[in-house]
Amino acid sequence: MMLEVRDLDACYGRAQILSGVALDVAPGEVVALLGRNGAGKSTTLKTILGLVPPTRGRIAFHGAGIAGLAPYRIARLGLGYVPEERRIFTDLSVRENLEVARRAPRDGLEPWTPARLFKLFPNLETLVDRPGGRMSGGEQQMLAVARTLMGNPKMLLLDEPSEGLAPLIVEQMEAAIAALKRDGLAVLLCEQNLHFARRLADRAVILEKGQVRYTGTMAALMADAAVRKTYLEL
Amino acid sequence: MSEIFADILIQFLNGLAGASSLFLVAAGLSLIFGVTRIVNFAHGALFMLGLYLAWSLIDLFGRSTLLGFWGGVLAAALCVGAIGAAIEVFVLRRIYKAPELFQLLATFALVLIIKDAVLYFWGAEELLGPRAPGLRGAVEIFGRRLPEYDLLLIVAGPLVLCLLWLLLHRTRYGMFVRAATQDREMLAALGTNERHLFTSVFFLGAFLAGLGGALQIPREPAQLSLDLAVISDAFVVVVVGGMGSIGGAFLAALLIAQAKALCIALGDVAMFGTIVSFSKLTLVVEFAIMAAVLVLRPWGLLGKPLALARGGSAHASPLDPPGQLFWPTSLFVLMLLAFAPLGGDRYLLVLMGDIAVFALFAVALHFLMGPGGLVSFGHAAYFGLGSYAAALAFLRLDLPAEAALLAAPLAGGLAALLFGWFCVRLSGVYLAMLTLAFAQIAWSVVFQWNDATGGSNGLIGLWPAGWLKDRTLYFWATLALCAAGIFFLWRTVHAPFGLALRAARDQPMRAEAVGIDTRRVQWLAFALSGAFAGLAGGLFAFAKGSISPDTLGVARSVDGLAMVLLGGVHTLTGPVLGAAVFTWLQDEIARNTQYWRAILGLAILALVLAFPYGLGGALKRLRGAS
Repeated sequence: MMLEVRDLDACYGRAQILSGVALDVAPGEVVALLGRNGAGKSTTLKTILGLVPPTRGRIAFHGAGIAGLAPYRIARLGLGYVPEERRIFTDLSVRENLEVARRAPRDGLEPWTPARLFKLFPNLETLVDRPGGRMSGGEQQMLAVARTLMGNPKMLLLDEPSEGLAPLIVEQMEAAIAALKRDGLAVLLCEQNLHFARRLADRAVILEKGQVRYTGTMAALMADAAVRKTYLEL
Repeated sequence: MSEIFADILIQFLNGLAGASSLFLVAAGLSLIFGVTRIVNFAHGALFMLGLYLAWSLIDLFGRSTLLGFWGGVLAAALCVGAIGAAIEVFVLRRIYKAPELFQLLATFALVLIIKDAVLYFWGAEELLGPRAPGLRGAVEIFGRRLPEYDLLLIVAGPLVLCLLWLLLHRTRYGMFVRAATQDREMLAALGTNERHLFTSVFFLGAFLAGLGGALQIPREPAQLSLDLAVISDAFVVVVVGGMGSIGGAFLAALLIAQAKALCIALGDVAMFGTIVSFSKLTLVVEFAIMAAVLVLRPWGLLGKPLALARGGSAHASPLDPPGQLFWPTSLFVLMLLAFAPLGGDRYLLVLMGDIAVFALFAVALHFLMGPGGLVSFGHAAYFGLGSYAAALAFLRLDLPAEAALLAAPLAGGLAALLFGWFCVRLSGVYLAMLTLAFAQIAWSVVFQWNDATGGSNGLIGLWPAGWLKDRTLYFWATLALCAAGIFFLWRTVHAPFGLALRAARDQPMRAEAVGIDTRRVQWLAFALSGAFAGLAGGLFAFAKGSISPDTLGVARSVDGLAMVLLGGVHTLTGPVLGAAVFTWLQDEIARNTQYWRAILGLAILALVLAFPYGLGGALKRLRGAS
């Protein structure tokens, strides 16, 4: 298993956000983490990366425990995180945004370079010298994914990559993630947009109130209207 | 007219030279704040250290040779840089996750330690430095003489600005610094180890402070009071320019140095039939500029709104309502304290009286900082204005002490009402800096208004007559008033007003949405806090029999902060505990050694490192664990 999460608890102050979350991601697999607003999807990603300290539970990446490590160590092990708010360095140019995230190539993976990323996100190429703060939301989202790829991750933690984007951009984003999947990158994908997730994900995990309520293949979830109605639909 | 023109020109050039040093210090402070979000109170101390080290190292390398002088200046700056890096590694790194204010307290402890280290190694005498070889002369401009060395300084500022710009925008290292300044958590999530960055930025910032100090060696004598003087100047520059903006710091340094120079150049001018002394305004002018800038442009001239606060502190646990035993226990402790004078120990009586006064002061400050979430760096202003109001009512209006004491909370409250109106429009570090600015203005006025306040000598002969003449009775009166004030503030925290205040702190938008006028609530909290700080000040004045401008100096404000932080911001009883421990420690150590500051600083550091949530927080955790 590439990523194994067991019995994971996390709190903000006194408020417990996650309780006993368990999920797996196999190499090359795309797993969708679904659930309504406030279910704990983003917190799960942040806790895996160490941005929110887990209060209980085990997180293993390639079999080695990573719970409690500093975020930069977890990132260096090959977990790439793309936050929901994108968090582009607005004072830095596109090129610089990519450069600050560059890490050493990883054995067996073709290293990412700006040139290779521009093939994946052609829009970025014309903007290399533009400050991150003067880009559209869609361009920023692409840059956020591209920037994380510069670290040559073995797995991506993608938080709502389709949120707030124009339909055309959503399609481009979907194509890019599909291409990454074909290259063998594992992805844990947080999504509210089921239509976006269903075309990419192999399996789905549904959270509600910080607990896992459903785990199954994407196909099974799409066949099960009752589960979707209970946990996903408004 | 040409005379005035020449005066103004020469002062302008003087101002440019002064701006350079100020800029170096402020740039370092700004860099450190940008990347680590630490407001380094010790930055002025590092400047001072640079000056002293330069004095010794130039002596060592040879005063009269070019290499000796400039080698000494550079070596001093490098030493200070290394000290800065060491501070980051050994102290601050351990408390990055603690609440923001704890880091501030730690850096203030460093101020105390550095000051005593300098006192130990160099003594209390002012040290006059050597002049730079080859630049000892002066050039003549319109019949006025300008030291050649000043010309060099005028060039040094823009030169360093250019070098810093190149470093930040044209190097790989600078790219990381800029990224971290904006969002260091994201940078870490991308695999960058922040530690190296933090240490190196501390080195760079401290180096700049040290260089700023070392370069001043031919211009001003090395002396022990420079640390706080320079830090308040540097704060002003950084805030006016915009936290984290190097260009802004340069602009602000220029603006402030020029405003000061202009005031000196104008001197006494006859205006509207009276003589206006502009030279006396030099102490006030920078703070007036800062207040104006913060009101018009809350993020400074070239600053940007700070996007992300540090993690952790935003999720403070809500206060528990007082338990069943809270009020009985408090009452019991109070009764116990009331028996203190019965032993007849005069010293104990004075100490207990001080503790009571400072407990009220700390609780008043905490009311604003904790439940209000408004950090005041200048709370001594209200304490001190209370002192002076009571003293003046007693001395000038011949009121009895009981009546004069009424003036204290009134003055404190009114001043807080006035200053607070501006302050509640800001938040976070900017708010803290504005409170500091107002406190400095109040201090300057008290310090310079000889006729009314006695200037630097202060006011004496504040011994109440009648029943309060008896020190035991005065102690009981103090205890009763302080306890009443403290209980009132504690009650208020849990009253609807307190709830609204806490709501405004935690979720200002939601609070507004449910109909709370957040600014008004915070403004009133300011006034309330100021009034009780003023009361504490009034009681203090009659306890000591005399007051001086120190009553409202920066050091007193910092004492208050130390008490609150030591006790813990997130508890109600913490400030009382903190005030007791701090006052006792200060008193105990000061009686036994001249190096009380260093010992106090080390004690604070030890406490901060051991209990990053304050004494009250530690007690709470202990209770929670058992």
